[in-house]
Amino acid sequence: MTERYELNKNLAQMLKGGVIMDVVNAKEAEIAQKAGAVAVMALERVPSDIRKMGGVARMSDPKMIKEIQSAVSIPVMAKVRIGHFVEAQVLESLSIDYIDESEVLTPADEDFHIDKHTFKVPFVCGAKNLGEALRRIGEGASMIRTKGEAGTGNVVEAVRHMRTVTGEIRKVQSASRQELMTIAKEFGAPYDLVLYIHENGRLPVINFAAGGIATPSDAALMMQLGCDGVFVGSGIFKSSDPEKRARAIVKATTYFDDASIIAEVSEELGTAMDSIDVRELSGNSLYASRGW
Amino acid sequence: MHQGAGSMKRIGVLGLQGAVQEHLDMLRQIGEIEACMVKYKADVENIDGLIIPGGESTAIGRLLSDFDLTVPLKARIENGMPVWGTCAGMILLARNISNDERRHLEVMDIEVMRNGYGRQLDSFKTTVDIPAVSAQKVPLVFIRAPYVVDISPQVEVLLSLDGHIVACRQKNMLATSFHPELTGDLSFHKYFADMI
Repeated sequence: MTERYELNKNLAQMLKGGVIMDVVNAKEAEIAQKAGAVAVMALERVPSDIRKMGGVARMSDPKMIKEIQSAVSIPVMAKVRIGHFVEAQVLESLSIDYIDESEVLTPADEDFHIDKHTFKVPFVCGAKNLGEALRRIGEGASMIRTKGEAGTGNVVEAVRHMRTVTGEIRKVQSASRQELMTIAKEFGAPYDLVLYIHENGRLPVINFAAGGIATPSDAALMMQLGCDGVFVGSGIFKSSDPEKRARAIVKATTYFDDASIIAEVSEELGTAMDSIDVRELSGNSLYASRGW
Repeated sequence: MHQGAGSMKRIGVLGLQGAVQEHLDMLRQIGEIEACMVKYKADVENIDGLIIPGGESTAIGRLLSDFDLTVPLKARIENGMPVWGTCAGMILLARNISNDERRHLEVMDIEVMRNGYGRQLDSFKTTVDIPAVSAQKVPLVFIRAPYVVDISPQVEVLLSLDGHIVACRQKNMLATSFHPELTGDLSFHKYFADMI
């Protein structure tokens, strides 16, 4: 384990209990920081707009990313397409704080994810289950986010993926040591990481929930299900009162086990983003099915 | 209340955001200490000392003021309760911040440069001698760390690194740019426990 990898996992630890918000310009980034975001994700279009507009979604314009970097003091993250290691090289050259190798953008490689060990900057990657999380960690991701279904405003997939990961962790933990290699084979996960789960009962990196969180209760739900923090994409800036909703989601994430505070912050938030029933999505419009 | 149950020191960790659990885990490895999370006004009255963990100072500062914790915490610190800020905690304690208009607890006579060391690519680890804190060398982890650029005469410098103050103390207040809670080395936690 290299020192750089440890430092990169450490940065994720500093984000714990916090909310990472998608922003498309410096002004939104400032609103997010003021509301108490622990980091911002700089991108050209939030996932719900990527859905509407279709076509190929790519890494953002470096100029926009630089503007956001100079507008806020909190960490700035940005997305690259799955497998697009040159987009990652570009972001590293901008001294980005975290790269999200994201299924929300159109994959550039349908067979291989980026070899993240070759980078100094940290990566966060999406996962639907434990095997996928451990494969990404094996490739060098220093933070995981359960995928959910981005741009839907529907928390159902986030819940499914979080429950899947925690259920599978319990399974590995309670298995006998003799069973671990077969589990590694079934999960398609590196043996040493399966052994780590068996011995520690948790992922070796921080895990945030993502994909469909639209309300303070959604954020608190994911926290009570055991994630370390939340990503909110379209949920904030596609709602009717982004500033108020951002502050409310931050508070609900911190006081996730206090229903009276969640009730209080949920009052008069206006309307949430336009939402989609995930069952109406199929094929390529299910972003969570991208990556492997 | 203070020094309540027997001789057990009750140390709180501000539990709004950041590396909260890491500090609690470290404290629980030291004997004779009860470690607890501080999230509500009532918690502030039930501790003998407080650690403000690393995290994002803007986020923690926002929550401190939204949940009316700034005033009671400030009062207890000004009345002598030992407090230790790591990284974001250092920023929250500082009376001045060179590159930010926000102020938080404003109790310690230090001026701090936020993200003084730069972005994540500039995060680093090193090992140093700090005789005041430990007889052994101490590992230090800096994550997008701040440093102190100015102090009043009341502040004692515990460690400077390449010309920047990264650990200092003013009576009951301790501030470090780095994160002892990420290293497994208990020296600084013991040092702080001895301040109580």
